[in-house]
Amino acid sequence: MPAAPDAVAALKGRWAAVTDRASLDHPALNVPASGLLGVLGALKEEHGFDMLADVTAVDWAAGAKPRFTVVYHVFSTASHEYVRVAADCADEAAPEMPSAVGLWPGANWHEREVFDMFGIRFAGHPDLRRILMWDGYPHFPLRKDFPLAGIETDLPDAEVVAETKTGAIAAPMMGGPFVAKAGGINMADAEPRAKDESWSERRPKPGA
Amino acid sequence: MPAEHAFPDTAAKSAGGALEAERMSISMGPSHPSTHGVLRLQMELDGEVVRKAEPVIGYLHRGDEKIAENMTYNQFVPYTDRLDYLAPLANNMAYAIAVERLAKLEVPPRCQAIRVITAEMARISAHLLGLGAFGIDVGAWTVFLYSFTEREKLYRLFEELTGARFTTSYTRIGGVARDVPDGWTGRVDAFCEQFLPLLEETLSLLTRNRIFVDRTAGVGVISREDAIAYGLTGPNLRGSGVALDLRKDRPYSGYEQYDFDIPVGSKGDGYDRYLVRGEEMRQSVRIIRQAIAKFPSGSWYAEDARRIYKPSKEKVLTSMEELIQNFMIVTEGPQMPAGEVYFEAENPKGALGFYIVSKGGGVPWRLKIRAPSFCNLSILPKVCVGAMVADVVSILGSLDFVMGECDR
Repeated sequence: MPAAPDAVAALKGRWAAVTDRASLDHPALNVPASGLLGVLGALKEEHGFDMLADVTAVDWAAGAKPRFTVVYHVFSTASHEYVRVAADCADEAAPEMPSAVGLWPGANWHEREVFDMFGIRFAGHPDLRRILMWDGYPHFPLRKDFPLAGIETDLPDAEVVAETKTGAIAAPMMGGPFVAKAGGINMADAEPRAKDESWSERRPKPGA
Repeated sequence: MPAEHAFPDTAAKSAGGALEAERMSISMGPSHPSTHGVLRLQMELDGEVVRKAEPVIGYLHRGDEKIAENMTYNQFVPYTDRLDYLAPLANNMAYAIAVERLAKLEVPPRCQAIRVITAEMARISAHLLGLGAFGIDVGAWTVFLYSFTEREKLYRLFEELTGARFTTSYTRIGGVARDVPDGWTGRVDAFCEQFLPLLEETLSLLTRNRIFVDRTAGVGVISREDAIAYGLTGPNLRGSGVALDLRKDRPYSGYEQYDFDIPVGSKGDGYDRYLVRGEEMRQSVRIIRQAIAKFPSGSWYAEDARRIYKPSKEKVLTSMEELIQNFMIVTEGPQMPAGEVYFEAENPKGALGFYIVSKGGGVPWRLKIRAPSFCNLSILPKVCVGAMVADVVSILGSLDFVMGECDR
């Protein structure tokens, strides 16, 4: 019993601001941040999408409008279908999204990870702390302006820093993963090079 | 030193009188034999009873998703080995299928069968390790020795097929790295033949073992509703009575052709999760045997996907067009259309998902890894409360997680 197309149609009929999102596989919706919890709640309570499979975000590069999109995948354990729900963050400087922890307790860690990696705050989250990086880490690593090599920072423990006089150092990136520019015209452009050149033979290390 | 290492309730104790037990805050891990890697549990104890458990993760964070944004799709295959490093072949397959969904590419039946056989072998290997480690956690050493003997036999077969015992990196986008060697499927069949009686013997060490049952039955009970609400998948979800298996419910790679059953638990305790994993190994053997019995002939990679799968070495060395094609695929990566896909595969630990956002070309714009162990562990603060300290060890063993994929 395919429930996903019906659910998507019903949601679009109920909220004018809910629109189709381009997708290569599952039905997908664009939802304004203000209506997000209404849509997710309706998917869960009325259409049987009872499992939150995943929450993540996409950074469309610094300066893009909108810059951050938060993406939810909900799954129905009855009809075994997915629906993708995407909501754009309005404010690039202080991106924010309502928290879905009230609907699914499993959203807790997913939202902490999105906050940790992208710096998107979830309003109403009971315990919004970093989860993979340490508390007090100053950067958001999955943002596009964060270099692959990393940025030199202090270690989490001040005592260890004082003792060892070292920090978290950037990785040796020189010669890093090689990718050619697709569609390069001359051979020099087509030649494989480190995709992230934040630190290479040509450019000094960030923070150095 | 973090503040939570202090004893928070000493003040409360002096105020509350002699009957109020002193709460102790202890840190278990990240280097502790029962935390299976680098999980740390910050616990608050009232005598032997856990009042609060806060998992601290991230000690094995490598930034795999950031790395994926900076390399071509094929270059990322070795990184998938290191997610759930107990079942690299299953991760390889899940990743390859996710990217193929992006390209709307269907691989030939022989390639699908090879992937199914290797993924099910990986499942047996992962469950054997989970079983052995679980046994050790609750004091049954012998199981580990039995299960590791069988794992060694599987590793030999993996090595013969992929060249590596552990980090196999076997799939490519649009196929696998090489065809199966002569006689390999026969040797896999022979392994299955001798494995089934040994599996029964190994499981018989635990199934009716009084100590094991006492340590696991009724311990770490997860209700059906909680399991779904926290996004648990795999044997942990099925142990709680939800018959959800993506191989059956959303078949991929030709799983719909095979006949197999989905075991489910009834109570959702550690013992049920153990029984589910034991039965899954029997079912995996069934799948492998069926796949070998009707092993398709034909091509083992998508030959017509000329911008995705690179041509054979002989052709590269003799034909100009194939040489250029090879050069383009190696340097620019397999060419993908723009768009978004999300694919989950039923891995030994649960549903391993890949959400890929492509802007076209050979490099993903964003690749999110939905790690089953990450979601499975998120229920720990709930399930550990009220348990004894020794039960926490049993609960961790029964959840069978891998920090490599949890932390990514």
